[in-house]
Amino acid sequence: MEHHEEKISYLQLIKNGVFKENTIFRLVISLCPSIAVTNSVRNGFLLGMAVLFVQSMVNTTVALLRRFIHPRIRIPIFMLIISGWVSVVDMIMAAYARAAYKEIGLYVEIIVAFASILARAEMFASKNRPLAAFFDGFGSGLGFMIALVVISFFRELFGSGSLAGIPIIHAKPLLIMIMPAGGFIAVGLLMGFFNWIDIRFYGGKGAGGAAGH
Amino acid sequence: MSHEFLKLFELFIAASVINNFVFTRFLGLCIFFGVSKKMETAIGMSITFTAVMVISAALSWLIFTYIMVPLEITFLKIIIFIGVVAAFVQGADTIMRKVSPGLYYKLGVYLALISTNCIIVAVPLINAESHYNFLESLSFGLGSGIGFALALTIMASIREKLELADVPRPFKGMPIAWVTTALIALAFTGFSGLITL
Repeated sequence: MEHHEEKISYLQLIKNGVFKENTIFRLVISLCPSIAVTNSVRNGFLLGMAVLFVQSMVNTTVALLRRFIHPRIRIPIFMLIISGWVSVVDMIMAAYARAAYKEIGLYVEIIVAFASILARAEMFASKNRPLAAFFDGFGSGLGFMIALVVISFFRELFGSGSLAGIPIIHAKPLLIMIMPAGGFIAVGLLMGFFNWIDIRFYGGKGAGGAAGH
Repeated sequence: MSHEFLKLFELFIAASVINNFVFTRFLGLCIFFGVSKKMETAIGMSITFTAVMVISAALSWLIFTYIMVPLEITFLKIIIFIGVVAAFVQGADTIMRKVSPGLYYKLGVYLALISTNCIIVAVPLINAESHYNFLESLSFGLGSGIGFALALTIMASIREKLELADVPRPFKGMPIAWVTTALIALAFTGFSGLITL
């Protein structure tokens, strides 16, 4: 019975990360890569995977060490843990996904400075058991990945008329969508769209999140 | 000498306008959207940011060239650069609080925000990867700082007007700011090809 209850709460943790506290569309933090790597679905998916991995592992590590970290120096320690895991991902990608790494390598390294990862470690992982922390990180990372894939889906579809490299629309593509400006437009419109859904069907205020960093 | 100076100038222009961090490299967006609501905060952030950028570029160049390369630990660059930047920001924060409380009162808030900015880590990383020498790193750092300041002030002046505009309700706040940024970014693509490095 107890086991059953725990299962539900883990599922809720994941759901929370994907919908209620979606890093990009709801919290509006860690935005840099949401535009930089979303000109093709492959790049968006790969960076999403990298974040998913880093977020889960950081959360687990922090939760495992939570009794040994002195509260006063916790932030530097968290940064150390995060940059350690980011280095691991960075090296794995440099070794096994070279073509993609050339395009998104810088942004993989930039995961270090993500506010969302530090925030999950500080707010959740440092106070909870490792398994719960893992699922929280998994949900948050999954939400991030889904957001990246959604954005890159629209950008690649309209910008180069293909999906994951397979041509779909055989017409002249809208070049602006894969240009830098197109990323800002795509995210802006999607954010407006989700706000509209929120207002229209759920009676929300549609504030689009408080702009943090 | 003049040729070298020209190279530095080109690097500065390229970093600040052509490859503007916000509009073509999409870094530092969190802070860009966070503090561009008012002109006053935007200017405070710009000043602090440019100063931190130049100094941290210099510091991490020195550490990279004289400590990391001889010891062959360049694979640790992510960990070391973020450590250097965070330590420097924390140090500057403490020193400023003691030495000039007036300045700290004005700019201290921004200093605390900066350590989570991605540009601040990206500049040392790019410097290290492109094998810039010391002066080149400095001018790249300065260019990036000025470029970010430029973006921030443009955006702040637009958003102050935007507050009064009649925006459809779902687009209020963040979404319209993003679409506005898209238009500025489109204008900035006009600079591409100004200098070919």
